[in-house]
Amino acid sequence: MSAESPHTANTPVTDANPAVDGSELIRFDKVTKRFAGNTVLDNLCFSVDSGKHVTLIGPSGSGKTTILRLLMTLVKPDEGTIKVGGDYLTHEERGGKLVPAGEKHIREVRKNIGMVFQQFNLFPNMKVLQNIMEAPVQVLGLSKDEAEARARELLDMVGLADRCDEYPSRLSGGQQQRVAIARALAMRPQVLLLDEVTSALDPELVAGVLDVLRDVARTTDITMLCVTHEMNFARDISDQVLMFDGGKVVESGSPEKIFGDPDHDRTREFLSAVL
Amino acid sequence: MMTGAFFENWFLPGIWITLQVTFFSAALAFVVSFVVGVLRAAPSRIVRILAGAYFEIFRSTSSLVFMFWIAFTVPMLFHIQFYGMAAGVLALGLTYGAYGSEIVRGALAAVPAAQREAGIALNFTRIQRLRRIEIPQAWPEMLPPFNNLLIELLKGTSLISLITVADMTFSGNLLRLVKGESAPIYTLLLVLYFVLAFLLTRGMRLLERRAKAKIGQAPEKTGLFGGLRSRSSIDAVTGTAGTGGAK
Ligand SMILES: Nc1ncnc2c1ncn2[C@@H]1O[C@H](COP(=O)(O)OP(=O)(O)OP(=O)(O)O)[C@@H](O)[C@H]1O
Ligand SMILES: [Mg+2]
Repeated sequence: MSAESPHTANTPVTDANPAVDGSELIRFDKVTKRFAGNTVLDNLCFSVDSGKHVTLIGPSGSGKTTILRLLMTLVKPDEGTIKVGGDYLTHEERGGKLVPAGEKHIREVRKNIGMVFQQFNLFPNMKVLQNIMEAPVQVLGLSKDEAEARARELLDMVGLADRCDEYPSRLSGGQQQRVAIARALAMRPQVLLLDEVTSALDPELVAGVLDVLRDVARTTDITMLCVTHEMNFARDISDQVLMFDGGKVVESGSPEKIFGDPDHDRTREFLSAVL
Repeated sequence: MMTGAFFENWFLPGIWITLQVTFFSAALAFVVSFVVGVLRAAPSRIVRILAGAYFEIFRSTSSLVFMFWIAFTVPMLFHIQFYGMAAGVLALGLTYGAYGSEIVRGALAAVPAAQREAGIALNFTRIQRLRRIEIPQAWPEMLPPFNNLLIELLKGTSLISLITVADMTFSGNLLRLVKGESAPIYTLLLVLYFVLAFLLTRGMRLLERRAKAKIGQAPEKTGLFGGLRSRSSIDAVTGTAGTGGAK
């Protein structure tokens, strides 16, 4: 990426935002989430520091997706609070009390968060370039020219500069996912959520997408929360691995520690099953 | 059978009135469809209930009785006198708008939830998501049922002859009284309604193909006649070729 990386903008010059460089960016505090009486997250507490790359692992149904969806405000916690950059995500303080946040507050905090989905979820009614430009223009208020320049730079980064005039339906899954990554990055989020972004891809397309993500991890200061079954990838890019089970964090540590010599049998069992 | 003068003085203006009433009622119904259809999925419960009530009430009302009510009861109650065509347009537009709201609501609900979620993840507002993502994707799905509704509406415009607006049907009835022969006149009317409906369907098909091309579902360029040729005439008449242009 060029010296004028779009992501240097994530570091505010004036330090109004406490969440830069190693300080805490995300905090789950006693978060409980139930679906139809089934407790998926049980008083969950954990935090992620700014700039870190964190991989969430755990058996199917352990709530990894739910954690990312909570952060993206696609679902609301039943109990507990989530903070991003020091601000409550789904709550706001009013008259000294914590109340469910209004849409305005949620959008203000949510602007720091981006997500890439397993199924890409590109907008089929827009060509590739427009998919990437749309939110910067509509949401961030960028001019068309600025947004287009930003989109083209990102498409270049994901290796699809020549496909900007195609509809998503004419791209392969791997190409669509790379566009989806570019689309999320165009909003210059502080946090990027990645939920099994290669699981829907044919095996030969996985590497291309992971390469792009390695690039993002290496060249930007974006905090990444990543759910993946690609353990080599997780080992490469992660600063920290969180093992979930039964709605709680079972253990957390460096990838060397978790993949090499985990403390808990539960982790060991899980890893031997997937590796 | 029909003298040229009568045709020019009554029948042609009648066709013109029918077209006008169809056009204005459709325009009103279209606006009502979108407003009510979108509001039926509004975040606010009270708004949802009001929009739902609108749908239930107008769908369950006879549009003819409603037309009489606007034309004859409203002037008595509120001292507002509608020009006859306006009363007809109002009654038809509000009633068919209720049916249309169901089309809009259903098509919006059929947009995959993942699209809404992608919109949220990019921090669009609800209105932006509707305008830029959900409505454009739902639009091609709305067109075939809108086409049906438009044809229902065209045929429904004959009701205004009963509040003495001189549309096609009114002129036909008049001619029957004058000439005393009904068979050729009603046959002519049937054919005229059919021809108008057929033309409307052609227009709607063209819109549908354009809309599908716009969301990347079909080859982008379709000319007026290219489209006509590529589709069998049976499809065109029965309206069963809803997905003909899709990939
Ligand atoms: N919208 C929902 N409605 C009902 N139950 C849900 C919903 N979303 C998730 N669940 C349930 O919550 C539990 C956790 O789901 P989640 O998708 O977070 O797990 P996961 O760790 O991502 O699993 P996987 O590895 O299979 O993706 C599962 O038992 C799932 O069935
Ligand atoms: Mg999951």
